[in-house]
Amino acid sequence: MDQVVQLLALTLAAGTPLVLAALGELVTEKSGVLNLGVEGMMLVGAVTSFAIAATTQSPWLGVAAGILAGAAMAAIFATITLSLLANQVATGLALSLFGIGLSAFVGLDFVSVVIAPLPSLAIAGLSDMPVLGKVLFGHNPLVYLSLALFLAIHWFLYHSRGGLILRAVGESPQAAHAIGYRVVAIRYAAVLFGGACAGLAGAYLAVAYNPSWVEGMTAGRGWIALALVVFATWKPWRVLVGAYLFGGVTLLQFQAQALGVEIPAQFLSMLPYIATIVVLAFISRDAAMIRMNAPASLGKPFHADG
Amino acid sequence: MTMRIELEARPTPSRLAGWFSPIAAIAATVLVGCILFSALGRNPWLALHAFFVLPLATPYGLAELLLKASPLMLIAVGLSIGYRANVWNIGAEGQLTMGAIFGGGVALLLHEAASALALPVMLLAGIIGGMAWAAIPAWLRTRFNANEILVSLMLVYVAALVLSLLVHGPWRDPEGFNFPQSRMFDDAALLPILWPETRLNAGLLLALATVAAAWVFVRKSLAGFQMRVAGLAPAAANYAGISAKRTVWLGMLIGGACAGLAGINEAAGPVGQLQPSMSPGYGFAAIIVAFVGRLHPVGIVFASLLLSLLYLGGESAQVNLALPSAVTGLFQGTLLLFLLAADVLIHYRLRIVRRVSVA
Amino acid sequence: MNAPRLKLSGIRKVYPSVVANDDVDLAVSAGDIHAVLGENGAGKSTLMKIVYGVVKPDAGTIEWEGTPVVIDNPARARRLGIGMVFQHFSLFETLTVAENIALALPVERAGSDLPARILDVSAKYGLPLEPSRVVHSMSVGERQRVEIVRCLLQDPKLLIMDEPTSVLTPQAVLKLFATLAQLAADGVAILYISHKLPEIQALCQRATVMRNGKVTGTCDPRQETASSLARMMIGAELPRTLHRDVRAGAACLIVRELSLPADDPFGTDLVAINLTVRAAEIVGIAGVSGNGQRELLAALSGERKSPIADTIRIAGASVGHLDAGERRALGVAFVPEERLGRGAVPDLSLAANSLLTAYRRGLTASGFIRDGAVEAYTAATIRDFNVKAAGPDAAARSLSGGNLQKFIVGREIRQQPKLLIVAQPTWGVDVGAAAQIRQTLIDLRDAGVAVLVISEELEELYEICDQVAVLAQGRLSPVKPLRETNATEIGLLMAGGLAEERTPASARQLDAAT
Repeated sequence: MDQVVQLLALTLAAGTPLVLAALGELVTEKSGVLNLGVEGMMLVGAVTSFAIAATTQSPWLGVAAGILAGAAMAAIFATITLSLLANQVATGLALSLFGIGLSAFVGLDFVSVVIAPLPSLAIAGLSDMPVLGKVLFGHNPLVYLSLALFLAIHWFLYHSRGGLILRAVGESPQAAHAIGYRVVAIRYAAVLFGGACAGLAGAYLAVAYNPSWVEGMTAGRGWIALALVVFATWKPWRVLVGAYLFGGVTLLQFQAQALGVEIPAQFLSMLPYIATIVVLAFISRDAAMIRMNAPASLGKPFHADG
Repeated sequence: MTMRIELEARPTPSRLAGWFSPIAAIAATVLVGCILFSALGRNPWLALHAFFVLPLATPYGLAELLLKASPLMLIAVGLSIGYRANVWNIGAEGQLTMGAIFGGGVALLLHEAASALALPVMLLAGIIGGMAWAAIPAWLRTRFNANEILVSLMLVYVAALVLSLLVHGPWRDPEGFNFPQSRMFDDAALLPILWPETRLNAGLLLALATVAAAWVFVRKSLAGFQMRVAGLAPAAANYAGISAKRTVWLGMLIGGACAGLAGINEAAGPVGQLQPSMSPGYGFAAIIVAFVGRLHPVGIVFASLLLSLLYLGGESAQVNLALPSAVTGLFQGTLLLFLLAADVLIHYRLRIVRRVSVA
Repeated sequence: MNAPRLKLSGIRKVYPSVVANDDVDLAVSAGDIHAVLGENGAGKSTLMKIVYGVVKPDAGTIEWEGTPVVIDNPARARRLGIGMVFQHFSLFETLTVAENIALALPVERAGSDLPARILDVSAKYGLPLEPSRVVHSMSVGERQRVEIVRCLLQDPKLLIMDEPTSVLTPQAVLKLFATLAQLAADGVAILYISHKLPEIQALCQRATVMRNGKVTGTCDPRQETASSLARMMIGAELPRTLHRDVRAGAACLIVRELSLPADDPFGTDLVAINLTVRAAEIVGIAGVSGNGQRELLAALSGERKSPIADTIRIAGASVGHLDAGERRALGVAFVPEERLGRGAVPDLSLAANSLLTAYRRGLTASGFIRDGAVEAYTAATIRDFNVKAAGPDAAARSLSGGNLQKFIVGREIRQQPKLLIVAQPTWGVDVGAAAQIRQTLIDLRDAGVAVLVISEELEELYEICDQVAVLAQGRLSPVKPLRETNATEIGLLMAGGLAEERTPASARQLDAAT
């Protein structure tokens, strides 16, 4: 029982970077923009947050720096795709490659450095509750922030005028423009928000979850976050479910060893990637449903006429 | 009076801009490089010299340039056929790994057999391995509508893990002091060297032959034309009876075959065995080569030489300037971003607009 | 107040390839219903976009109730009191009626009382709507009501209607006219954009006629004849096409009980379609767009395969399971309604576009392209069909709409098909080219080919068809010889699609209108 409780708590922690990155990308995609640069933005967020945390001895400053770094990467993407009208798929891939290279370069000086990680929140009394206490409480603050972010995004998208406008822009930027909304400005905001979330996800990995810097430490989580948005059919609560499921799968490699199962480590490490493929195939096969739920203008460039 | 810069769509795409933007992107990247080197306390001219001139100063250096350009042009030309058809194979690195595994497996199987057939069979196996790995995203896209970008990318991680499993386990060299690597391949299982005293091998000829074949396919064959149409106007392709499924399969398999061949070329060439990392990211660099080369075989050859030089430059910078070779990856990404930005001038022209405002 | 509500003077707008508006003057006062009349490409839409702030003019002035104004964007236009109902609706399909309307209103006016206000306005002007219904489930006529109510909730002083009846049945047109008359009586100024002469004569007191970006005349349409208006619109008499009475031959296309669910959540299901087209006859299918035309065309051409092969037979063979290329091999040729992007690839040359569908005509050898043969085929097409183009190497996008349509029609006809299917043959085509195309179809029929034409333009079908049927809500009426039917009957069949509407109020109104 104790092991199950611990597993649930670990799942929450393991799923958090996916929650953050996928929710950010969901907002971006709701505006009609497909940003494949999540992996690059996460890595740059991770290395920046670690470097700042190491040099200033403050993990929180590191987190702030990670958020800004993610947003800065997203700004590059936004300029090239929204103002210069480049192909979103190619630019997103380019951003990821750039981010992988940039983070490897910047991170060289920080490879063996040790920092003080973000402390867990021990909420008086609550953390000592028998089951729920250990599962839900005693995590570091970013885990709670991710849950708050989910609530905020859900409210924003479905209960606020801003969210209505965002959804309208994603569905038909031409119609939104005809009414008079500034489509490009709204998309910039959505893309920058997505970048900030990806940066935060990277910061979480480097400063809270596994405090260290290793080249490529996101291990493909950025790509998995992209798949998660599709799996969730662009609905925030499904992103949450999917993120925790995948978080659980990434933990299996460690759990199997603990349970004494004789499977080569590499097989277990493959599981998150294979699971992503399976899930993607499963959810995509109903093309009609995808068309109904995906923002209709996703991936298409918008240029106001005249 | 307010002034603004606006983009105005061109009636026809500008071919001049199409050939000018790679040059602009290269210039911008070099400029960024100079700024970076200065910021790191190095003399920019010395750095540029170390990066671009020193690697080519010796015959060995030139051979290395061609050696690294081979897999780049080989993979890029295969990917470009798919990209023209809107088939986004991003997993070439994984298909390269699989090609190395399949071909390397044959090599290990024929250990000490000393057969003249060993090399051709290995190359064929490599091609099949790459194609098989690319068939997975092709099947998932045609059957389940799954996005091939994400599937092929996930498979890169899986392929690396499969290779790791093999060289740590069943294929580990029994006389290798427990290092995770396979036996060294026999001489019969290695590509012949073209340029004595260098590492340049017959893989270059295979790459060039593939580039030529790709050119013929795209320009002269009906199938190649139909793939171009599929990428330019999917509704027109459907109208013309061009099967979308066939386009996806061809696009993925051609890219996979080329990447697989590149993989076995590495294993049977400069690496000479199987080890956990078979390439310094050729599969991803080839994507950049494809774009910088404008998806055109001739452009790809030039772009592969450029990116090969970036690899050599990084190594040279490490030796001569004590700069990390990771700068290579940074420059590759920067180059592609600048290229995509410069490409705006192909379809749009800049227009300065003056507006008279009346309150 | 003596000043007109809206006055345009010397409006000019130039695009890289065309002068859309050239020194245009226009004035409309409160209570007027003022038509802006012209063919496709005359510049009407651009002018209206300028009034609504979507496009900025290069020169000229706009006066609103006597004062000069600059209309920078649609929000400014709305603040002045200008409302626009677009030709191609700017609605958000996955949002509800109330959400769509809320987006167009300023925040203060989009409160929780909005659904009640929507019901008020829609009842007052006879435009029944349910605020909580999602737009994609609504018919085209209903969507137009959303557009109109959206404008009305902003208390417009000027209402612009851009080609409003191109998607309506004759009965729905009458309802719309009643609504507009009531609005004019309430003091709203109305600009009515159209190219349909009879409607303008029925509805409007004044008309400004445009051709090629210029104003060619202003008049009272009720005092003019169709011919005099046409002369102002196109500068010449309507050309007449030649008809010969030819006996129809053996059945070439036989469609039996074709049912196909839409593959698009926003599409129309096809239900039990029965259709026969014989050699040496032209069969026309009438109907407003959105009733299954796209789906029927895709099913017949092979762009969408049918589950039961036998439902479609061409020249005796079951073809339901074959794709477009395979059907071409059996002698079908097809001209789609979208030229650029479907009938032709815009960035490729005309020669490459010949290769697109005609590759079986000796243009390839063992899978390789024969450049010389392609060049010859293209040159012959250009010559025989009067295509004005720089040459076989000209890019498809460089041709005008009419010339590209002639090229595509020519390319298909030169493949010597047994069956030619054409969708919207003269949409967006200038009058001269349209006449040539219609004549080409008639000549083809005379030569023994089976021709199927799907068109929204009833006049066109009347000109060239031998038999006609109506497609409504995915169902096809029985095919009848043209002689045995008339416009009213066809109009009623087209309205058959309204029979499924839910609100009883609309049913009562339909009875009242008929």
